[in-house]
Amino acid sequence: MAVTDRPTRTAGALAAMARAVVPVLSVVLAIIAIWYGASVMMNRAWTLDQIQRQNLEMTPSQIIADAMTQERPVLPPPHQVAAEIWNTTVGEPVMRERRGQMQGNPRNLIFHAYHTLWPTILGFMIGTGLGILLAIGIVHSRAMDLSVMPWAIASQTIPILAIAPIIVVVVANLPVLNTAVDQGWISDDTKLLVPKALISAYLSFFPVVVGMVAGLRSPNAMDLDLMRTYSASRAQMLWKLRLPASVPFLFTSLKVSIAAALVGTIVAELPTGARFGLGARLLTGSYYGQTIQIWSALFMAAICAAALVMILGALEKIVLRRMGVRP
Amino acid sequence: MRSMNMPSWGLPALGAVLIVLAATSDMRLALILAVWFGAWALNAALATRRAGAGLRLIVPLIFGVTLLVLWEMAVQLYQISFVILPAPSAIWARLITETATLWADFQQTILKGALAGYVMGCGAAFVIALAVDRSPFLQRGLLPVGNFIAALPIVGTAPIFVMWFGFGWQSKSAVVVAMVFFPMLVNCVQGLKASDAMQRDLMRTYAASYGQTLLKLRLPTALPFIFNGLKICTTLALIGAIVAEFFGSPTVGMGFRIKIEMGRLAMDMVWAEIAVAAMAGSLFFGIVALIERQLTFWHPAQRRG
Repeated sequence: MAVTDRPTRTAGALAAMARAVVPVLSVVLAIIAIWYGASVMMNRAWTLDQIQRQNLEMTPSQIIADAMTQERPVLPPPHQVAAEIWNTTVGEPVMRERRGQMQGNPRNLIFHAYHTLWPTILGFMIGTGLGILLAIGIVHSRAMDLSVMPWAIASQTIPILAIAPIIVVVVANLPVLNTAVDQGWISDDTKLLVPKALISAYLSFFPVVVGMVAGLRSPNAMDLDLMRTYSASRAQMLWKLRLPASVPFLFTSLKVSIAAALVGTIVAELPTGARFGLGARLLTGSYYGQTIQIWSALFMAAICAAALVMILGALEKIVLRRMGVRP
Repeated sequence: MRSMNMPSWGLPALGAVLIVLAATSDMRLALILAVWFGAWALNAALATRRAGAGLRLIVPLIFGVTLLVLWEMAVQLYQISFVILPAPSAIWARLITETATLWADFQQTILKGALAGYVMGCGAAFVIALAVDRSPFLQRGLLPVGNFIAALPIVGTAPIFVMWFGFGWQSKSAVVVAMVFFPMLVNCVQGLKASDAMQRDLMRTYAASYGQTLLKLRLPTALPFIFNGLKICTTLALIGAIVAEFFGSPTVGMGFRIKIEMGRLAMDMVWAEIAVAAMAGSLFFGIVALIERQLTFWHPAQRRG
């Protein structure tokens, strides 16, 4: 039975996949088509202007071709952005020799992505740790629930970019860090990384707090009563019931919070005069009008975000399966 | 309920021990700890009483005031450099003396940039959601793509929009539109699907038209989702408007002011701008939450039992 069943099941799976993929693909194709249309419309002005100034003769198809190959287009068409990403990742060495030392190559986009990803992950870990601790406190102490929760919500209404420069100045002037650098415990690069990580931690802790509070409170009265009949202490209740019950909630909020952490790092790079990182790349692109560079940095950020979220999604699947949750 | 392996006198005792320990080495630290544990004990005592509307206001208020007092004490006692952290009193002084500048910045950034973009972005998302809702094919395609885009760092489009729409508030609104559109769209589409099949069947047996079903059943059931989107978007709108000003702005605006005053190391002014931004954000969020409570009084999350 199972053997004869298999082909139809694969066919069913294929049909289901087609059902899921075809609409997504067509939406993506539509977006790309709109993008091409918009880029021709927006870049054409410059081409037409050039024609008038230099008294050139151009057929409409030549105009379209020119609109798609400009050096500084208003809106670069997708293939130019793709080519730029390809050239700055595969086409450039990641490391290059400078002053006798092998150093990261600032022309390489992967190098910039690395400088953004590292603080993102560090900040994400700090934020997640703090968020989980805060959620445990909130669930166990009514005083904390009443006094901290409103301020945690209020803290997210502060636009982070406003505090980013302050955090950078404060961290740069912290005596502890300066001695650490002087003593050679950490390098100067690591010191530059700290403010970025703190800002991304600030953004990423909130989703974790909200998700974990909901998760830790998710065991119902029956489960809690059962634990009480076992005469479990509150610590045992936390370890054996509340924490396991909160894992699905945790992963949902982790996926939100890592995306937020990446936004935090990129935003943190803007006002801080960072030389490396995707945010710095955006900023230099905007200063010099290099639109293609801006778009490629933007897409690299999107790729990073997607990769991070997908890694967490895979982790979620593995962990939940190990814990016996059936999909 | 049994406490977590700690008797009721545990926290005060721990506090007392810490204060005494600190007092032997550093009186200032002991003072700060004393204020902290005093306020915390007061809050803990208040929290055990039965919850009323007043308690929900007083306890967080005490906590907030305590934080401010501790901040002021730390700055005064340890002589923290003005550049690292100005005292709340200094920030307050700036708020009073520079009200005109702050108000002008507030108008430029929040009232023009953020609010206009918020209304346009959320409005457009809602209209598109209504259109998408009629086609299951578009729904299946747009929801994953929308969810994906909502997770992207869209703030990064700020330099592009400043290039396109100039330095005025229009470019800030454009950034805000781009930031709020997809989170709002996803929430609206999900909300419109929230009514269950039984309810829709009932509407059909009443021979209700599409418009009637939408107005009387599906929009009301979508409201919690729509308001969730609206609340998320309030913060996004503020962030977008302020970030965009870093890439170019007229000589007024909160992001512009923060950038300029940072360069002059006038940290009290920067903090004053942040205070205004935080208050504006909380107010914005609060207003949306208030409207939500008025409109979705029937929802379990809003009911007080």
